[in-house]
Amino acid sequence: MTRHVLSLLVEDKPGLLTRVAGLFARRGFNIESLAVGNCEVPGLSRITAVVDVEELPLEQVTKQLNKLINVIKIVELEPEQSVLHEHVLIKVKVDAGTRPQVLEIVELFRAQVVDVTPEALVIELVAGSQRTAGLLRMLEPYGIREMAQSGLLAIGRGPKSITERIPRS
Amino acid sequence: MSTPLTPLPSAVRPASRAAGGDSHTTRAPEPELLTGAQAVVRTLELIGVTDVFGLPGGAILPVYDPLMDSTAVRHILVRHEQGAGHAAEGYAAASGRVGVCIATSGPGATNLVTAIADAYMDSVPLLAITGQVFSTLMGTDAFQEADIVGITMPITKHSFLVKQAADIPAAIAAAHHIASTGRPGPVLVDITKDAQQETAPFVWPVKLDLPGYRPIAKVHGKQVQAAAQLLAAAQRPVLYVGGGVVRAGAADELRVLADLTGAPAVTTLMARGALPDSHPANLGMPGMHGTVPAVLALQESDLLVAIGARFDDRVTGKASLFAPDAKVVHIDIDPAEIGKIRHADVPIVGDAKEVLGDLAAAFRDQGGAADQPYAAWWARLRDLQREFPLGYTEPDDGLLSPQHVITRIGELSGPEAVYASGVGQHQMWAAQFIGYERPNAWLNSGGAGTMGYSVPAAMGAKVAQPDRVVWAIDGDGCFQMTNQELATCVINRIPIKVAVINNSSLGMVRQWQTLFYDGRYSNTHLNTGHGTVRVPDFVKLAEAYGALGIRVETEDQVDDAIRLALETDDRPVVIDFVVSADAMVWPMVPQGVSNSGVQYARDHAPSWDGDEAPNGLDADMAADAQGDGPGAPQHGTGAAVADGGAGA
Repeated sequence: MTRHVLSLLVEDKPGLLTRVAGLFARRGFNIESLAVGNCEVPGLSRITAVVDVEELPLEQVTKQLNKLINVIKIVELEPEQSVLHEHVLIKVKVDAGTRPQVLEIVELFRAQVVDVTPEALVIELVAGSQRTAGLLRMLEPYGIREMAQSGLLAIGRGPKSITERIPRS
Repeated sequence: MSTPLTPLPSAVRPASRAAGGDSHTTRAPEPELLTGAQAVVRTLELIGVTDVFGLPGGAILPVYDPLMDSTAVRHILVRHEQGAGHAAEGYAAASGRVGVCIATSGPGATNLVTAIADAYMDSVPLLAITGQVFSTLMGTDAFQEADIVGITMPITKHSFLVKQAADIPAAIAAAHHIASTGRPGPVLVDITKDAQQETAPFVWPVKLDLPGYRPIAKVHGKQVQAAAQLLAAAQRPVLYVGGGVVRAGAADELRVLADLTGAPAVTTLMARGALPDSHPANLGMPGMHGTVPAVLALQESDLLVAIGARFDDRVTGKASLFAPDAKVVHIDIDPAEIGKIRHADVPIVGDAKEVLGDLAAAFRDQGGAADQPYAAWWARLRDLQREFPLGYTEPDDGLLSPQHVITRIGELSGPEAVYASGVGQHQMWAAQFIGYERPNAWLNSGGAGTMGYSVPAAMGAKVAQPDRVVWAIDGDGCFQMTNQELATCVINRIPIKVAVINNSSLGMVRQWQTLFYDGRYSNTHLNTGHGTVRVPDFVKLAEAYGALGIRVETEDQVDDAIRLALETDDRPVVIDFVVSADAMVWPMVPQGVSNSGVQYARDHAPSWDGDEAPNGLDADMAADAQGDGPGAPQHGTGAAVADGGAGA
């Protein structure tokens, strides 16, 4: 299995997410993460899907997704030519003794502390999945109380846009 | 970029607009205020819909009021919504036009689900309109509420949920457009009751806003060239013709290509009639119950030209062992079909009609066919045809042979008739033993395998093409699933002819029980046939509905009954053909094995070149079942084989 990052440009219509997610499930494809949000074109949304499939089934899923009437475009983003980031919020247990050590880890990973209480810190990181995994590994021993993670967001490097040549009304 | 304007057929221009005739005035007239319900009917009229099948209920009631006054749209009241769905399918399959069905919310809508799934599998252009509860009640488990858009999402090409009257014309026009273009399929429009009741300015024509829908791909000229080169270079090519050729209306182009290249062709279950059975290149149907020549031609081929076909498991057998030496040219309008099951060496995305025309031209440019194209290949195939013609053995219980009945129906009714079948043994026999000479003559549920398709589909076909003889060739099991539509046929004077091939059992399941479950007939006996209590008695049932009921139990009654049916045009006819339950469908490739294991008849596999062992039924499995012998056919179709035709 290999990991692929797909960027889907879709019409912002009710039920769209169900159509996309349902298609993945129906055709037996595993979604590792899914992130949905606005893009720069009004009326269009951008979905970033990370799927774990071999090359051949990936082609099949791309073709099937393309058949959805509300899907306008699908691009596979190559990791080397893309910025791939996820957003994670982590609540870590601290006390007076461990706080400095945790803060040092936060510093090292270029993360941020966004909430402080005597017993806990909430740490925010926007980074690629490797750095996220590294931070989590380092924080583990202190006790992770809670965690929320976004799906991967991705955009191609350089001046080109996937919404080029998209009809705008 | 697909923003076509919907056409305005002048014939169905509503009276209010046709009058006056001041369309040249520069000032646009104020759009008329219509209720959503009126907008539904007006839109159907404007897009040229002339027949709809449906059944009213609470959430669709508003639409039924203006529908009553429409002179352009004929509504046919069915007895069950599934019947409406299949009738719309039959209508579409026979005529190529979009079939339309209407149902209310909740159970009305869910009763359409089977037909929608069926249309999805067989790429039938179907427009399903359903009522939905008030938008304010949605999500509250209101009376007769069902999330039909959600339920049908996996089995529709697209769907619309409409909550405002103003959105109705665009939704229906877009649905109709999507259903009928590209790879056809079912589209659902679910309209809330408040949207039907409120008024809105009716604006027409509407602009279709479907930026993500690009149904027609431009055909790749280089790929067509490559395909022509492969065809010219191949030693053992086969045109593997699927239902897409029928849907694309590409039968003429196919025939030109077949004549030009001299390549043999096989027509799948969905493509029967796409190339005439009388055409010398047609080897008949491939697949699980295909002819031996068709099955082995694919298997031994070095080049498959798949046209509107999707390498269904019922055609390929075990896909990894299918046509092992063949390169593949795959022509399909749906890019997702190409490479789905089998790698395509030359993929061509496009409309079959266009691609076949281009391919023929490209082949001609290559220098055309040799003097005797593919001579050695044809010698092999003609041998197979001589040795393994389609045929059957007479049942030894003295009862009627179902194959004989179906053969006679085809012979007496002719190629201009329409034949709609249910699903099972009778379906296979009807595909095998009726000679199809034109596309759209053979309607069946191929992909979904929906028992009960036949009667309502035949009804729909008869509505679309009232001048044709339309047969429902049904089984006693299938017939009991949808025979309520006989009432619709009688009341609306839709004189279809139903042949119930009554073997008193779920015949295909029984055949598998004979072959694979040691003859343990678990729950397949239906008690409708010979020597049973006959529940129900199909003749009495027909009479109760006001149809003509005939029972046929001996061979000498067969022709007379069919003739009487053909002469009867004032009401539907039901013929109860009481046939042997032991008749089986042959040839057969058992499920999950290589097509090389095709069995001509029980315990009788053809020999073939090479040393690959036949991976068919176990010899002992065949031996320990009732011994009905190797069964060389007594009723072969030898005469037909001489000129290459399959079938009778």
